[in-house]
Amino acid sequence: MNAVEFRDVTLRLGGHNVLAGISLEIAAGEFIGVLGPNGAGKTTLMRAVLGLVPASRGSIHVLGQPAARGNPKVGYLPQVRKTAGDLRLSGWDFVAAVVEGHRLGLPFRGKAARAEVDRALDLVGARELARRALAETSGGERQRLLLAQALIGRPRLLLLDEPLINLDPRYQGDVMALAKSLQVELGITILFSAHELNPLLGALDRVLYLGRGQAALGTVDDVITEPVLSRLYGAEIDVLRVKGRIFVMSGGNDVERAAHLHEDEAAHAHDFLGASRDDA
Amino acid sequence: MLEYDFMQNAFAAATIVSIVSGLVGYFLVLRGQTFAGHALAHVGFTGATGAVLIGVAPLWGLTMMTVAAGIGMGMLGEQLAQRDVAIGIVLALSLGFGLLFLHFFTAYATQATALLFGNVLAVDIGTVWTLLWLGAVTVGALAVISRPLLFASLQPELAEAKGVSLRLYSVIFLAIVALAVALCVQIVGVLLVFALMVGPAAAAQRLTTGIGTGLLLSAGLALVEAWTGIALAFYTDWPCSFWITALSAGVYLIAALPRVSHGR
Repeated sequence: MNAVEFRDVTLRLGGHNVLAGISLEIAAGEFIGVLGPNGAGKTTLMRAVLGLVPASRGSIHVLGQPAARGNPKVGYLPQVRKTAGDLRLSGWDFVAAVVEGHRLGLPFRGKAARAEVDRALDLVGARELARRALAETSGGERQRLLLAQALIGRPRLLLLDEPLINLDPRYQGDVMALAKSLQVELGITILFSAHELNPLLGALDRVLYLGRGQAALGTVDDVITEPVLSRLYGAEIDVLRVKGRIFVMSGGNDVERAAHLHEDEAAHAHDFLGASRDDA
Repeated sequence: MLEYDFMQNAFAAATIVSIVSGLVGYFLVLRGQTFAGHALAHVGFTGATGAVLIGVAPLWGLTMMTVAAGIGMGMLGEQLAQRDVAIGIVLALSLGFGLLFLHFFTAYATQATALLFGNVLAVDIGTVWTLLWLGAVTVGALAVISRPLLFASLQPELAEAKGVSLRLYSVIFLAIVALAVALCVQIVGVLLVFALMVGPAAAAQRLTTGIGTGLLLSAGLALVEAWTGIALAFYTDWPCSFWITALSAGVYLIAALPRVSHGR
């Protein structure tokens, strides 16, 4: 059984196609790096797997079932927009809010729920830091707590949306190593989106590169090539390999680096969507 | 001071209202929607004065209007959140209409002051009973939705993915806030609902790291501030609402100070 299956899927958002006619199969247990410029549809693809964005054409299957909201076997780490960072609430309570969080009733936890929280915290090595208030945690520590939230309910598929964003390189390595160990120890499938390929190189099994409404899924050697990326970017792309690191360049500029620098500019994403609409 | 009936009523009303305000206020502060509480109170003023004009008890006009406005705000959701100019104009218009209704019914100048700034010492026993069951409904509804509400407040994207309807809980919660505001107006008036709904909850969130302890402390602080305010008003003859606002601000300041000195 595949973890994720797209058959001729078109995803539309705000009146234009984000992804058009995508077909792909992700096997159970794979670590997939999801890459592509801003607005290429990384978040939309994950939200489609979660059943939050319906396919306007084609079908999406997740762990053998049609994609639908509320699948307990899918864990999700959303890209942090609203930071809960000012809260004096403890990390433990923050993670515990997720346990059976969709059920009506009081938010107080029984023994089984507390054990579930502790298990998730242990998996990400955050048992100790969860005692502290969120306001007293670093960006890297908070990312661990968010990962613990995603692990509540024992998912078989984990969708991690830009978990490296705004993290120092040092913490980026920690989060990568942690995600890799979860894949190996729990035998789960991971979709990990990022702006830059290099931090993921040691962890990923295959890469899913999105751009201009299209997608390419395959090994790094198959996908990170000049013909494939030139097609996805709609521009002449050079791929440079230096000491085991890969740089994707367009006209002498590092396109991933450029995207990273502009990540907070929503206008950038709009430009790209505008471009892809014109082509579609 | 408890030998007077009006003091007994005042303490009973303050007890009910402060517990409701403390609990609802905790979620209001957690969700960063404190301005909504303020807005609902202003809209409620129109309802209360309009009710007086047509001969209905102001509490009912107030409750109807705040609940309707709360549901409306919840339905509009994020569209409304970014339009502070529109909200400001609607708020001013609400107070303006309230003033117009009072103008038509000139005998009620004292009622205007009571609505705007509260007059807990004028609460009669009938109102206390009304507050009790309205308060019970409010806290009961909050208890039923508190778990998904907390999830949706702390981690909206994940909650949505797990099947929690953000819109639904936003609407229900703002209806609950509207009821709490209507109760709160009986003690501190339309203009000062922040004192009971936001002050104690914000202080409690500064001082606690758990949900349960935070909720208890929030309700506890609101209760102590309301009781102390009434007692001080009795002995000083200064307005009760002044004392409650002063205590609310003072407690929040003390709770916030240690963080400030640590550079937060």
